[in-house]
Amino acid sequence: MNWKQSFSTSIGKKLQMSLTGLFLITFLLVHCYINAQIFYQDGGTRFKEAAHFMGTNFVIRTVEIGLFAFLILHIVQGLLLWAKNRSRRSVGYAVSAGNKTSPWYSRSMALLGTLVLLFLILHLSKFWAPNRYSMTFGSGELDLYAMMRDEFQTTWVVVVYVLGCIALGWHLVHGFYSAFQTLGLGTHKYKGMIKAIGVAFSIVVPVIFALMPVSFYMHWVS
Amino acid sequence: MEHYKMNLTLKVWRQKSKDFKGHFETFKVSDISSEMSFLEMFDVLNEKLVAEGKEPVAFDHDCREGICGMCSMYINGRAHGPWHETTTCQLHMREYKDGDTIVVEPWRANSFPVIRDLVVDRSAFDRIIAAGGYISVNTGNAQDANALPIDKQKADESFAAATCIGCGACVAACPNTSAMLFVSAKVSHLALLPQGDPERKTRATNMIHQMDTEGFGSCTNIGACEAECPKGISLENIARLNREYIGAVFSGSKD
Repeated sequence: MNWKQSFSTSIGKKLQMSLTGLFLITFLLVHCYINAQIFYQDGGTRFKEAAHFMGTNFVIRTVEIGLFAFLILHIVQGLLLWAKNRSRRSVGYAVSAGNKTSPWYSRSMALLGTLVLLFLILHLSKFWAPNRYSMTFGSGELDLYAMMRDEFQTTWVVVVYVLGCIALGWHLVHGFYSAFQTLGLGTHKYKGMIKAIGVAFSIVVPVIFALMPVSFYMHWVS
Repeated sequence: MEHYKMNLTLKVWRQKSKDFKGHFETFKVSDISSEMSFLEMFDVLNEKLVAEGKEPVAFDHDCREGICGMCSMYINGRAHGPWHETTTCQLHMREYKDGDTIVVEPWRANSFPVIRDLVVDRSAFDRIIAAGGYISVNTGNAQDANALPIDKQKADESFAAATCIGCGACVAACPNTSAMLFVSAKVSHLALLPQGDPERKTRATNMIHQMDTEGFGSCTNIGACEAECPKGISLENIARLNREYIGAVFSGSKD
């Protein structure tokens, strides 16, 4: 078996999920850091600077292509794995173990991931898509800070954003640890540390993200 | 613990063979002693069925002391029943009280087709072992055991992995019907020892290939296998298998 064929085996597919997942985790960290600039309470000056850099820098724009490619691979491979795994037990159990043998979120990665995807479609259609459209065909960069301020006055948008962040958090609790376990790092030495960092990441990052729409809605940032 | 007797309702999966559709059949058993094992309770049921001229319930069993890996019942939603690190034969009736209803199902996975009632065909595990679970040993007299120094920790970890009895509870408990815990135990106990080194790379790739060919699902690190394993095989073995596999396919050999 050569290394290219190995990507189609069960461990190879796990590796694809793990590596794309880790890339997306890195992206979340960068995205969170950039957007948290709104909390400087400077009318969005620092946020706009950062957003301008991210939107126009050649390297970042190139990485953005990779980001979408990895995102799509993660989604497609994840859904294919879910469908295939479900087909492996044609006759199901009459009584299931439920949460006695495993936490619910570890068994619900496809569901949580789909919720995150639905949120992502809404999120991209509200900010990323109009901005890129305007940069390509229109009058240049849009004022993303003003757009955030306006969008997050609508109650249902804020509610959907908070729900999206909750789904993301639960997806990450299992995903973060699972990515490292797949790479073979879930050993006695590192397992506890990976799980602890994973839980902290899964709480801190989604909470910071959720605070953005909530802060605009509650007029905590101006 | 005080001895007591109980009457129970059993809902047991009946299936003539893999080509027939199965169904649950309800039985009443009475005067079951709290000191019986779960399988002895089934013996009582079967004696009653035979006396009534009915077909007894087929179930797998052999040593009845928790080391052979033959027994395989999915009891009230749990592989080998509710007790931690216990096989079905070592589950005892003191777990239950008078009037309880117990649902008993076979291991359910397409890779483990039902042979009859609660008996499933686990030969897929044998074929995975045949694909790579062996070592090369020179013929002739056995070498002195102390000729090869082995790190104590590695010896312990290898032994812990080798306690896998291949019962298939990991596959039964896994929502994906993945066999990774079994394969990882079989790869680990050889990979940790110098004797396992010559076939190290081909072992990992061949056994994974066979595991996929048998139609087991993919591991998504849920961990239900570890929770249900009667021998306490750790998920760390799956991490090791992943390392072995990554090392085997991405190292600088010709392929």
